[in-house]
Amino acid sequence: MKLIKTDVLIVGAGAAGMYASISAAKSNKKVMLCDKSLISRGGATVMAQMTVAAALGHQEADHWTHHLQDTIKSGQDLCNEKLSYLLCKNAPEKIRQMRDWKTNWANDNARIRQVLAPGHGVKRCCYVDFLNTGPAVARTLRGEIAKLKNVTRVSGLTIIDLVVEKNRVIGAIGLNTEAGEYVSIGANAIVLAAGGLTQLFARNSASKNMGGDSHALALRAGANLMDMEFVQFFPIGHLAPRLVGMDPIMWDPFRYKLGGRLLNGHEEQFIENYGGEDGDAYTVGRDLAAYAILKECEAGRGSPNGGAWLSFQHLSKAELDEAFGPIIKKLSANDIDLTKQAIEVAPIAHYHMGGIEVNDSMETCVKGLFAAGECVGGANGANRLSGNAIPEAFVFGEIAGASAANTISETPHLSPQLHQNVLSNLLIELSRQPKQKSQFQTVTSRKLLFELQKLMWENVGVLRSKQGLKMAINEIRRMKNDIFPNLKPASGTVFNTSLMDWLDLRNSLLCAEAICLAANERKESRGAHQMEDIPFKSNKFTKNQIISMIDGKLVSRWQDVQKLEFDLERKRWAKV
Amino acid sequence: MKNNKQQNVFAELNIFRGTNSTKPEFQTFKVPFQQGASILDALIWINDNVDESLSFRYSCINANACKECMMIVDGQVEYACLKKLQKSGSKLEPLPNKTLIKDLVTDIVPPKEKLLS
Repeated sequence: MKLIKTDVLIVGAGAAGMYASISAAKSNKKVMLCDKSLISRGGATVMAQMTVAAALGHQEADHWTHHLQDTIKSGQDLCNEKLSYLLCKNAPEKIRQMRDWKTNWANDNARIRQVLAPGHGVKRCCYVDFLNTGPAVARTLRGEIAKLKNVTRVSGLTIIDLVVEKNRVIGAIGLNTEAGEYVSIGANAIVLAAGGLTQLFARNSASKNMGGDSHALALRAGANLMDMEFVQFFPIGHLAPRLVGMDPIMWDPFRYKLGGRLLNGHEEQFIENYGGEDGDAYTVGRDLAAYAILKECEAGRGSPNGGAWLSFQHLSKAELDEAFGPIIKKLSANDIDLTKQAIEVAPIAHYHMGGIEVNDSMETCVKGLFAAGECVGGANGANRLSGNAIPEAFVFGEIAGASAANTISETPHLSPQLHQNVLSNLLIELSRQPKQKSQFQTVTSRKLLFELQKLMWENVGVLRSKQGLKMAINEIRRMKNDIFPNLKPASGTVFNTSLMDWLDLRNSLLCAEAICLAANERKESRGAHQMEDIPFKSNKFTKNQIISMIDGKLVSRWQDVQKLEFDLERKRWAKV
Repeated sequence: MKNNKQQNVFAELNIFRGTNSTKPEFQTFKVPFQQGASILDALIWINDNVDESLSFRYSCINANACKECMMIVDGQVEYACLKKLQKSGSKLEPLPNKTLIKDLVTDIVPPKEKLLS
């Protein structure tokens, strides 16, 4: 097995991982940034079209404390306020830093354009035209990293498991996918930045890499997860007609700029009936909009494919062209003319508020193990404000990278024996003899993932119930314990897709169980966690839920929410 | 593709299979035809339903953001996520100017992003 040594290993090369690399590299330590896909291309960042929230105050008077207030309000009393504080306070500086690095934020010369997004009190969200925020951010960071001599970039390296000695991380084992070879990596510190897990749901806006790798690696290494039950469903994902070459969440920026009308199958506005305000503007929160659309479908008032209509027909071709010219052309290539037709939209899994539990240095309870970006839990509580994901990636990435570089090793770089043990355990898992020979012969990792996605969507999605969750937990455990061990991927060869799918599913099943368990324990409705048979919030559950793995079993416990002793109205610390 | 209701219409994809160390050959797959579906949709359908070992690169699935799915479709360089599936079928080959890794996967990784051997 190939042996590689580095000071800091960063897993995942989206905005969080890349920012962490830049920050860690300032220490002159050796940094290795790896991604199972290609550097800067595989994760959620490159798909982000809009928007980045930061209290720059370039359009209206604003202050980071206002951004923090909005974030905490949206999080419905569950935000880890120390993390929310770090996010909001540092976001403006990161936007300026990115501008200095030549990210072309839409601007009127010195003033960066900022637009209003749901849940924000003022115009706070920056973007790059046209629907190009993510690719522009990814390109900028990729360019900055290429200048750094002490950062090694590795594409096509899947991290399989972390190596831990006496509750301290000392490295990882991975699969070099193109060579089909296992590798050992010795590292003094590791930053997990491999994004979210929305791929677990049948309807999603995920890339194929978002199956919860960071979360599963953290759990198996002994770190904790928190608030796993909170999955954000983006209310107006594209549903029909078939549209290729566009991200399914593309209608969001259209609504920011142009409003648009959300209508049910009877072509009536309906958000108002659920306590929201919408009209021709776009001010309704994401959780309420997702809930309302599915409730309309349930009542038989959905659009033909099971969603709602979104109409821009009140706008002229000139108005559409001016706002989104290049995108209107792409739509036309898909035979879609917004002046003549409404399109169908429906909720899709889009972001995960829960994630790995960290302190304000982004360190987990395992020494030397850090996390950054979407895989971190807590900053967004029960519901994320739109625009908070990219600044979270920048800010947490920077902190995690610096903290990881400052970790002083108390152990030798590499323990070949421990690395070998971790790999041996995996190989044993891979070569287990099927328990039930005939029954599962035709099942593949892909088919089982498909079943899992369907199960999660139907029972652990926007609308949940006690009975549905109980059934889902049992079914996931059956998949994990009875079916998965019978799957036999091909042994290591070049670009072995069946082994890659198996490794992904191994992580996804563990994450699905964690989400289900957490959702079942939270016996209330709050933010993105909506229980049909418990339709109210309960003070008893104004707590964060911690999931850990003890002797191979997932267990849940409750923990007091980390409040900030900061007087937001007076902009000063309450206790100094 | 997943909610396909028209299972009776099929398109044939003639796909290059093999690695640098095997004898190259073409394999034909029948995939359900659906109006508006992309070549990438059809390849994913093959992975899901027929052959999980067929290799091709992709991450973002639908957004044309990751730019990983470039290949030769009927002799032209195309992104598989943008190119529509035709009823008449297509011939799919790996990029000719890049080193072949497996099936439709070629070595598009920048030299500085490779694990040193």
